[in-house]
Amino acid sequence: MVVDVSEKKAPESTGADSRYFGRLAEGVFEIPVCDSCSRWHFFPRVCCPFCGSEALHWAAPSGRGTVYSTTVVRRPDGGDYTVCLIDLQEGPRMMSRVVDMPPDAVRIGLPVQARIDTMQEGPLLVFVAEGGAA
Amino acid sequence: MSAAGRGSIAILGTALAGLGHAGGATEQEIIARASVQAVARSGLKMQDIDGIITSSLTSPWWVMRMAEYLGIRPRFSDSTMFGGSSFIADLKIAAMAIAAGECDNVLICYGSTPRSVPSSSRINQMRAELDPQPYEHPYKPFNPVSSYALAAARHMHQYGTTRRQLAEVAVAARQWAQLNPEAFSRGPLSVDDVLGAKMISDPLTVRDCCLVTDGAGAFVVTSAKRARDLHRQPAYVLGTGHAHWHRQISCMPDVTVTPAVDSGKAAFAQAGLTPSDIDVVQLYDAFTINPILFLEDLGFCKKGEGGAFIEGGRIGPGGDFPLNTNGGGLSFGHPGMYSIFLVIEAVTQLRREAGERQVAGADVALVHGNGGVLSSQATAILSNHL
Repeated sequence: MVVDVSEKKAPESTGADSRYFGRLAEGVFEIPVCDSCSRWHFFPRVCCPFCGSEALHWAAPSGRGTVYSTTVVRRPDGGDYTVCLIDLQEGPRMMSRVVDMPPDAVRIGLPVQARIDTMQEGPLLVFVAEGGAA
Repeated sequence: MSAAGRGSIAILGTALAGLGHAGGATEQEIIARASVQAVARSGLKMQDIDGIITSSLTSPWWVMRMAEYLGIRPRFSDSTMFGGSSFIADLKIAAMAIAAGECDNVLICYGSTPRSVPSSSRINQMRAELDPQPYEHPYKPFNPVSSYALAAARHMHQYGTTRRQLAEVAVAARQWAQLNPEAFSRGPLSVDDVLGAKMISDPLTVRDCCLVTDGAGAFVVTSAKRARDLHRQPAYVLGTGHAHWHRQISCMPDVTVTPAVDSGKAAFAQAGLTPSDIDVVQLYDAFTINPILFLEDLGFCKKGEGGAFIEGGRIGPGGDFPLNTNGGGLSFGHPGMYSIFLVIEAVTQLRREAGERQVAGADVALVHGNGGVLSSQATAILSNHL
């Protein structure tokens, strides 16, 4: 019996996590949208958390959002950084970081724009104040 | 009303062990010490325990390990981990198991030793890997503090809650601790001390955060009917409620509204009581924002008014709203999952055994546990009479 070694290859992942991070690595910010109830959701799942449907497609949100809450993680070495909750214009909320401005200056309500940064650990979706400096 | 309804079970003996620094004893050893005492104070022998509920922050095998350690062969056991709220959520599980005839006498126990055996960075890394959160961990929140800080910051923005009000929660906890010889932190603490302490994750300083101490607690529950024969002062469980809506702070729909809204409603409904019937309140104070959120969500005040509600010393000793009378997680102690100590302190108050910190006329107590990052909320209403 001839075994085709290609059959032994792992199938391409159909998972939401791998798709999200895979697209991010390609420089694209995409999240799932429900075909049944039309709502966007985050974090990406294989079923809609609002209606349970598995019928989803992926789409690029505008990248525009608002700071819902923010904290500054204080580091003994002085490398303080923000941890924020960002409400995307399309509805979903996500944890992220607002960069390119002093951590203390990040305020709730600040309009922000998404940007993909390349970190040592991989691509990271961060936000900057909309229109540049706050 | 189901058989597991109002007042169907009661708490018998309670015990604490290994508080503060366990002096080299292991988690299992301090839990065993508390358990042996709690069972003895229940008028029972360990062999009479036919149900056990316990859980661990690290071991998924915990109930099997503790039953093995204590020599219990349970007819009923449960080890569901709801974070720090577990041991109040367990009251509901125990009530259902006892009502269903699955067991008679349930030991609920917990302990850990994070002070004497601090988690190595390797163990912390393993915990993160065992509970992956790929949409939060890359942003390096200093959790759990940062998640609670996000809730506090939003509450301050939305309702005008102030850092001084947060600090008052810590100061009141310390004043209670000063009346409790078993509390870990009993030195003086002022609002300015809290505000001036090292900032961890804005707006929370280290004094807005609970302690990290060793400690174990245990108690036994049985049917209310059996309880009267076994114990001079059973503490009846009048109502319980448990709810969770999220695991990660980024998935919490409104960070100023916790699932305590649901757990509290369920507990009050089962007990047939309202907030004005409660004499003494024990709320899981992992961080100073927590009691403020829970007072609102449980209906003691309106949403957004929690900061003003706790002002002016009213939650401290001598105040008209005694809260966290053992000193709380902020000053009594906090070995990882704290809610077992809320239950034990409430029972101590209901039995008039709280010494200098005894609240006069404490006949009905509310205990409320929190787990995760405001994730799991469990409420119970206890009383010294049915």
